[in-house]
Amino acid sequence: MEDDWSGRWNHVKKFLERSGPFAHPDFEPSPETLLFMRNVCKILVIGAGGLGCELLKDLALMGFRNLDVIDLDTIDLSNLNRQFLFRVKDIGRPKAEVAAEFINTRIPGCNVIPHYAKIQDYDESFYREFHIIVCGLDSIVARRWINGMLIGMLKYENEELDQSSVIPMVDGGTEGFKGNTRVILPGITACIECTLDLYPPQINFPLCTIAHTPRLPEHCIEFVRVLLWPKEKPFGDGVAIDGDDPHHLKWIFEKSNERANQYNITGVSYRLTQGVVKRIIPAVASTNAVIAAACATEVFKIATSCYLPLSNYMNFNDTEGIYTYAFEAEKKENCMACSSIPQTFAFSETDKLKDIIDYLIESPAYQMKSPGITTSVNGKNKTLYIQTVKSIEEKTRENLKKTLKELELVDGQELYVADPTTPNSLTFRLNLGSKME
Amino acid sequence: MEGKDNTNVDKNNKYDRQLRLWGDHGQAALEIARVCLINATATGTEILKNLILPGIGSFTVVDGHKVLGEDAGNNFFLTKDSIGKSRAKVATDLLAELNEDVNGDFLEEDAEKLLDSNPDFFSQFSIVVATNLCERAISKLSNHLWSKNVPLLVCRCYGFIGYMRLLIKEHTVVESHPDNTHEDLRLDRPFPALVQYCDSLHLETMNSKDHSHTPWLVILFKYLQEWKKQHNGEVPKDYKERNLLKEMLKKGMHRNEEGILENEENFEEAIRSINTALVPSKSSAFWIMARALKDFVENEGEGSLPVRGTIPDMTADSERYIQLQQVYRKKAGEDATKVSQRVQKLLQSIGKVGLISEHEIKTFCRNAAFVRVVRCRSLVEEYDSKSIKLQELIPHLDDEEQDDAVFYVLLRAVDRFYEEYNAYPGWYNDQVETDVSKLKACLTKLLQDWGLSLKIKDDYIHEICRSGAAELHTVSAFIGGVAAQEIIKVITRQFVPFNNTYIYNAMKQTSITLEL
Repeated sequence: MEDDWSGRWNHVKKFLERSGPFAHPDFEPSPETLLFMRNVCKILVIGAGGLGCELLKDLALMGFRNLDVIDLDTIDLSNLNRQFLFRVKDIGRPKAEVAAEFINTRIPGCNVIPHYAKIQDYDESFYREFHIIVCGLDSIVARRWINGMLIGMLKYENEELDQSSVIPMVDGGTEGFKGNTRVILPGITACIECTLDLYPPQINFPLCTIAHTPRLPEHCIEFVRVLLWPKEKPFGDGVAIDGDDPHHLKWIFEKSNERANQYNITGVSYRLTQGVVKRIIPAVASTNAVIAAACATEVFKIATSCYLPLSNYMNFNDTEGIYTYAFEAEKKENCMACSSIPQTFAFSETDKLKDIIDYLIESPAYQMKSPGITTSVNGKNKTLYIQTVKSIEEKTRENLKKTLKELELVDGQELYVADPTTPNSLTFRLNLGSKME
Repeated sequence: MEGKDNTNVDKNNKYDRQLRLWGDHGQAALEIARVCLINATATGTEILKNLILPGIGSFTVVDGHKVLGEDAGNNFFLTKDSIGKSRAKVATDLLAELNEDVNGDFLEEDAEKLLDSNPDFFSQFSIVVATNLCERAISKLSNHLWSKNVPLLVCRCYGFIGYMRLLIKEHTVVESHPDNTHEDLRLDRPFPALVQYCDSLHLETMNSKDHSHTPWLVILFKYLQEWKKQHNGEVPKDYKERNLLKEMLKKGMHRNEEGILENEENFEEAIRSINTALVPSKSSAFWIMARALKDFVENEGEGSLPVRGTIPDMTADSERYIQLQQVYRKKAGEDATKVSQRVQKLLQSIGKVGLISEHEIKTFCRNAAFVRVVRCRSLVEEYDSKSIKLQELIPHLDDEEQDDAVFYVLLRAVDRFYEEYNAYPGWYNDQVETDVSKLKACLTKLLQDWGLSLKIKDDYIHEICRSGAAELHTVSAFIGGVAAQEIIKVITRQFVPFNNTYIYNAMKQTSITLEL
C-alpha cells in the first residue's frame, strides 16, 4: 500500500500472522486479515467526544482505515481536558469534522468520514454498510435507539437468524472514574434493553420539596430553574434557560443564593449551579482512554478473530486501586427489543390513558421518554395520544383523562407505542380486568 | 465571550469536568507537578497525553532512541516523517501541542547511561514513569529513587498483557473519596447537643404536618431511646431485633379517621434507614497514625473519632432539617477545634508552629474515617527470591478462571530470557518455535529459584512467544489511562493508588492487583 512504510504494522502482524493457544477456534493466521482490515472492513464510531476521539485514534493505529464518525455536537472549551483532537482554535466547530481532519492528517492512509448529524437522521441503508458499530455516547436514549435499529435490521429465515444480518455493537460508557465496555451481538447476546435496569433512573427532586421544604443547595437551584424562571421571565417572555449563557447562569446563581440565605442553607456555588442546570457529568481523560481502549480491543478481536470477544460486559472503577469485573449479562426472555415475545400490560377498564403513559415512563422495564400510543379499530388507525407533535398533542390531550372504557378499548386490543428510545414502534397487548401488582 | 481576558475563568471552564472530581486544591497540586517519562513508547506517550490534558505542570522525556518504522506505526505522537529522528524530541513536540498550559522538555539520552553518569537528574521530579526498560535498568533506577523518596511507576505492555508496578515508600491519603460510606450519625452514642435537640421535639403533641415533616433522624433517635429503655440500654443487635424496632416505628405513624396509615414519607425513611443508621461508630487501626487524632479519640472523643458533621437529605421541613444539620456541624467544628489544639501543641513541642493550617485539620477530621496509607514494598524485596511474597501468587497459578497472575511469572521469565539472549522471545518470525523451549527453560529456572515445584501450562509460554514483545496500541492506551490516573492520585493525594503490581489481560478484559 502506497501509504505504508517498512515496519509500520510489525506489532499488529504478530497477532494476525501467528496463531496461539488462546486464539479464537476459527482463527486462521494469514496476511489477508490485515488486507481485510485495510481495504474492506468499515467501522462506524458513534460520538466524537471523550470516547469518540480515543476510539478513532485507537482503531486507526490498530490498522482500520475505513472509519465513519457521527456526532451532532460542536466543540466547547470544557471538552479540551480530554477530547485531545480539539484545540482552542476549534471551539464552535463540529466535533465529527475536526476529529476526522486530525486523524486523517496524523495517520497516513486513514480515511475518516465525518457526519455532523444525529443518528436518527440516517436509516437502515446507512447502518447496513458497516461491519461493526462502536458507541461512545453519553446518552442512554441514543444508545437504546441504535440498539433498536440494529435489532430491527436482523433477518430471519424459518425462524433461524441469518448471521450475515448481525452487526456487532461495542458500547462504551464513562462517568467520572467509572466506566463499562460491552459487546452486543444483536439477536444473540443481551442487548441494551435486556439490561435496562443497569442504568440508574434519573434523580428528580419532588416538586413539593423544591417549592416548600428546601434543605440542600440543589433544592434552591432547582427552585429557581423550575419555578422562578418561568414566573419572572428574567430575559423576556419565552426565553428558555441556556446553560451556556453566563448571564442566565449568573441570574440563577444569584437567585439561588437568595433562596438559600432565606432558609439558612449553605453551599450554593457558581460551579454547583452550573452543574445542576446543565446536569454535568464529571469526566477525565484517563477513564475515557481506558474504556475506549477496551472497546477498540474488542473491535479488533471481532474483526480479526484473533481472540474470542468479551462475553460480554466489563465494569471498571479506579477510585480505590484499579478494579475490573467481566461478566456475562443475560438475555431477557421477554425483552421488548430483541425477543419475539409480545409485550402485554394489564389495566382495568376504569384506568385512564394517562395511567398507561405514566407506566411506560416510570416502569424500570420500559423507561420511555415521551410515548405516543395508537391503536387499530376495525382496521383503521386511531391515534390515542401523541406528545411529540404539537398539533396532535393538543387534539389528543383530552384522551389522557378518559378511562380505557370511555376510549372503547377492549380486552386483547393491540396498542402501538412509539418513543424516542426506539426507531421501531412496539406492539402491546392490552389485558383488561386483572390489574398488575 | 466573557472571561477570555481572564485565564483563571478560562481554566475553570476548561478543567470544569475534572475539578468536580478533585477540586481546586487537587488541580493546584497537579499544576506544580513535574513528571519524567523514560522512553517515548506508545505506552509512555499515552500516559503523558492523559496527564498533559488535565494540566500537569511540566513533563520531561528521556529517550536515547531514534524513531523506527514500527514506532511510528503504533504511536500517535510519532509520525512517518519522524522516522530516524530523535524519539524524545518528536514525541515532546507533538505532546506539548496538546495543552498550552503545560511545559514540555526532553533529553536525548539513554536512561540507563544517564543513571550512571548523573543519577540525581531523576531526583528533581514529582514522579518518574519508566516504560520498556530491562530488569537491570529498572533495578538500578528504583534503588536510586527509593533512596531519594521519589515515586516510580514502571509500565510495560507485552502483547495482550499490561503490567504496572508502583514504587512508593509511603503515601498518605486524607481525601480517599470512598464510593459507599455509612453516614456518621452517632445514634448509638448520641452526643449531648443531639440529645438536647431531639428531646426538644415532641412527636405526641405535633400536628400532622409537623409530624410528617420531622426528620427521620429525630424519629429514629426517639424510638431508639424507647427501645433502649426496654432492653437494658442496648441497641438492636440483629436482624430480628431491628425488625421489631421497625414494627414500633410503624405503630407510631399517624392514621386517618378510617384507620388507614397516612402517607408519612419520613417514617418510611426512618424504617428504611434502620439497617444502615445503626452501624456502630468505630475507630480502626490507622488513626493512630495521626497522633493528635489518637489523643483526641482517647480523651475528649471518649473512644470515637471527631464527628464528621454531615447528614443525608431526608424528608423534613427546612427549618428543622437545618437546625439538625447545625447540631452535627457545630459538634464537628468543636471536635475539630480540639484536634487542632492538640495539633498546635504537638507542633510547638517540635518547633514547627504554623506547619499545618486550620483548613487542613478540618479536612482531616472530616475524612478521619477514610484516611489511608499505602506502603509499597521495594523492588529489592520483590526481586529477592527469599523476600518476594509468593503467597500472593501461588493461589492463582493453577486457577484457570483467574489466571492473570500467571502472566506476571511469565514476564519475569521473559526478563531472564532477555538477560541471556539480548532479545525477546518470539521477536523474529523464524525463531518462535525455538524460543518456546528456551523460554520454558527460563521459567523452570525461575520457579526453581523461588522454590516452587508447581507446573505452569505450556499454553502460556506459547502465547507469550506468539506476542513476540509486540506493543499493541489499544493495550498501550488502556495502560496509558490507568497509569495516568494512578499518577494523578499520587500527585493530588486524593483517591487510593493500587499496591503494588497490576496485571491487565486484554484477552479476557480482566485484571488483578498483587502485593509482591
